[in-house]
Amino acid sequence: MSDTSLDPHMDPRRSFQALILTLHRYWADYGCVILQPYDMEVGAGTFHPATTLRSLGPKHWMAAYVQPSRRPKDGRYGENPNRLQHYYQYQVILKPSPSDIQDLYLKSLYAIGIDPKNHDIRFVEDDWESPTLGAWGLGWEVWCDGMEVSQFTYFQQVCGIDCHPVSGELTYGLERLAMYVQGVDNVYDLNFNGREGAEKVTYGDVFLQAEQEYSRHNFEFANPEMLFRHFADAEAECRALLTAGAPKVEGGHHQMVLPAYDQAIKASHAFNLLDARGAISVTERQNYILRVRELAKACGEAFRQTEAGGA
Amino acid sequence: MPDLLLELFSEEIPARMQPRASEDLRKLVTDALVDAGLTYESAKAFATPRRLVLNVTGLPPKSPDMKEEKKGPRVGAPEQALAGFLKGAGLSSIDQATVQSDPKKGDFYVALIEKAGRPAIDIVADIVPNVVRGFPWPKSMRWGSGTLRWVRPLQSVLCTFGPETEDTDIVPFEIDGLASGNSTRGHRFMAPEPFAVRRFDDYVSSLEKAKVVLDPARRQDMILHDARDLAFASGFDLVEDAALLEEVAGLVEWPVVLMGSFDESFLEIPAEVIRLTIRANQKCFVLRDSRTGNLANRFITVSNLVAEDGGRKIIAGNERVIAARLSDALYFWQTDQRALPGYEDKGKPLDQRLAKLRAQEIVFHEKLGTQGQRIDRIIRLAREIAPKVGADPEKAARAAELAKADLMTEVVGEFPEVQGQMGRTYALLQGEDEAVAAAIEEHYKPQGPSDRVPENPVSIAVALADKLDILTGFWAIDEKPTGSKDPFALRRAALGVIRIVLANQLKVSLRDLAAVDADLLAFFHDRLKVQLREEGARHDLVDAVISADADDLLAIVRRVEALGAFLKADDGANLLAGYNRAANILRAEEKKDGEGAFDSAPDAALLTEPAEKALHAALESAVSDASAAVGSEEFEKAMTALSRLRAPVDAFFEAILVNAEDPALRANRLKLLSRFRAATRTVADFSRIAG
Repeated sequence: MSDTSLDPHMDPRRSFQALILTLHRYWADYGCVILQPYDMEVGAGTFHPATTLRSLGPKHWMAAYVQPSRRPKDGRYGENPNRLQHYYQYQVILKPSPSDIQDLYLKSLYAIGIDPKNHDIRFVEDDWESPTLGAWGLGWEVWCDGMEVSQFTYFQQVCGIDCHPVSGELTYGLERLAMYVQGVDNVYDLNFNGREGAEKVTYGDVFLQAEQEYSRHNFEFANPEMLFRHFADAEAECRALLTAGAPKVEGGHHQMVLPAYDQAIKASHAFNLLDARGAISVTERQNYILRVRELAKACGEAFRQTEAGGA
Repeated sequence: MPDLLLELFSEEIPARMQPRASEDLRKLVTDALVDAGLTYESAKAFATPRRLVLNVTGLPPKSPDMKEEKKGPRVGAPEQALAGFLKGAGLSSIDQATVQSDPKKGDFYVALIEKAGRPAIDIVADIVPNVVRGFPWPKSMRWGSGTLRWVRPLQSVLCTFGPETEDTDIVPFEIDGLASGNSTRGHRFMAPEPFAVRRFDDYVSSLEKAKVVLDPARRQDMILHDARDLAFASGFDLVEDAALLEEVAGLVEWPVVLMGSFDESFLEIPAEVIRLTIRANQKCFVLRDSRTGNLANRFITVSNLVAEDGGRKIIAGNERVIAARLSDALYFWQTDQRALPGYEDKGKPLDQRLAKLRAQEIVFHEKLGTQGQRIDRIIRLAREIAPKVGADPEKAARAAELAKADLMTEVVGEFPEVQGQMGRTYALLQGEDEAVAAAIEEHYKPQGPSDRVPENPVSIAVALADKLDILTGFWAIDEKPTGSKDPFALRRAALGVIRIVLANQLKVSLRDLAAVDADLLAFFHDRLKVQLREEGARHDLVDAVISADADDLLAIVRRVEALGAFLKADDGANLLAGYNRAANILRAEEKKDGEGAFDSAPDAALLTEPAEKALHAALESAVSDASAAVGSEEFEKAMTALSRLRAPVDAFFEAILVNAEDPALRANRLKLLSRFRAATRTVADFSRIAG
């Protein structure tokens, strides 16, 4: 259970930010590098190069970070108590996956106030796949009293490349978890800063206006022509950078994987926006997903030719 | 006799894979034991979310000694042949082989190979790692830095072997760094400490103390009884669901049944949608009010924990999730009844969804056009079929028009399994005719062999139109089912047509209903044969009555029934014997005189004996009566007419020598038999009937 000596505003059961800080503390104690969010628009924490690229190759790696995740299609103009087009994922990547990874995860739940002696925690089959990243793994969704609170995945393949060793990925849905431990039914009612009275800041205070504005943008005003152009540009740039950075000699290192991968991320987000905007037909949809996947695969292969990738 | 206990302890095994996995474990291990010469008394396997367990009893302590004689080359054979023989038999010198003499082949070498039996424990130590490495999981994975594959990370292997009463030994082996042992762990939260076990008996009881019920059948039983009792105590009945029960029993090691509730206002949502919402997302059971039989605002969840607070928090958590899910379902249900943005001017709510379906131009199949085009074809076909099955053509056309509209509703988008059913519900809400609404749901039927067949004429018309459109369409583009490949479920569609026609005793010709070509008709014949065989009909009788152009399914079946009844009676059985005799004689004689030599009518003037005259006369009247009866589809009457031939046929064979010396007489008698053979064809092809 959380440290009772903490100030009330630092209690993960009362404060959204304290929940994040508690997880940071927990995984830092375990030995993870605590990273900051990737500074680009991504659909999930997995897109962060600290997961996508670092899960490739032989090097050991342990990291934890919060990743703001954008799912333009999930916008509800701030009217749905559970759905957001922008939300936070807490992402932990442990490579190779330790043999006690389930216990580590359960202890992290304990740290944020979920006691397995009173809550029904279950590992329910859920195989994960990201068609755009050419990635898949086996694992579970973790249920707490019937609610999905995390995704738990053993990566088998990323960017179309077999993972050796295998990384364990833990993804916590922070808003859901916070709603659960704070006992609120509407995400906008979450206490963000753990203060009460005039000092209290809610999730709604921080994000409601953004949800309304972005929903409008995603569904009605995003400019499809521009987005198609951005998609094409990012795709071309990704390829150009991969070519320009390619090793000059056999067995040499690739020089520009990370900038190229950024362009793959950009293409992916442009696609997500176009999809939300209804600008992509059902038949074209698959084709766009494939194009992003090809970029991701090319970046993954290039990363294997870098120092961090084990070359 | 020693017993073997094996436990493969892992992270959570998907519930749906557990039953198959325990069966595979039992089979793989016991097959390998038997192959190695080890018999056993019994073998039983079990699965929980975290373990696969096998208990084999009554094994011998070692495998039997084996003696084998291996024949070698003859004495004096080339060096190479000798060397190969020595190597194969495991001998170091030819002196170790004996020489045997054979009167025909001469002297040759024989090696006597003796294999001493091996201790069973060593055999098991070889078998288990192999079984684990090659285990047929539907999906498996690697973890950490290893290369071993299992369904989820394998954490420990318990394997003991020994006599029923004394201490047992650990069967020593290692699988990718994982050494076998004799300890396991109990429930993840309630008894996580490791403990040692000796054999199955104390294993089961120790597990039970450590809050693990090993046997999935017992877990199911506990859940079912506790759920029934808990419901009953509050005045409710459990809505039972065998598949959900099996799944839930695979998610818990120690089932604890708890009851929660949701707001009554959600009961506005159709009961089936509530059930599916709660089942699909939460894996919970729903309840009915015992007095009214209506769905109650209660649910039952099965947790894996005896909570310190009695389950209060667990219930509260589940209630919150279910309320959120039902809020979504309520939103879908209400949205579906409202105007569809962008299509407000396209009529009633379902018509608006249909307009959207058409507007999206979703491709049904690249060669068969869009969903919209398919709907147009079904409308046209349903309107044409309607009068032939006693349905109002306008109602059939309207039902066909709306039949697929619910695919665009939110509820069906969320739960595809309620397609049709939701279409019916929404149709009634927008004031459609009841027969039209029923047809929207029933046009998909029958889905499988146990599904209900539609009986309402409008439903029949649309169901036939839907299925015949798919069949004629795929036949037209030559994409027919082959072997096990039938991606568009065309076999099911054809069987559906057959069952609808037969169950409703529809007097229709398939080629009159739709553009059924000869090949598709033959496909229907095949399906009909399968169906009739499953119902217990003799397939030779089906073959005997189906002609290539028979497209009246009901007539075929009635003919089969009449023929079956006929052959069961003495007259029929004897007539068949007479037929076979006649056919055999004709076959032999036609070989001499040529095919068709006796096809012309017999000459009455050449009939000399009373028995042939009698048969001739009987044939004339039997053939005309049987043909008339077949014409009016009175198959029993046709059979009765034929059965009158039994006595004259028997008498004919009794009294007449067919192969008379006079060639003219012989030919005439064969013509008479040929006439008899032809007479039987008015009702069936007797040559296809067995025995």
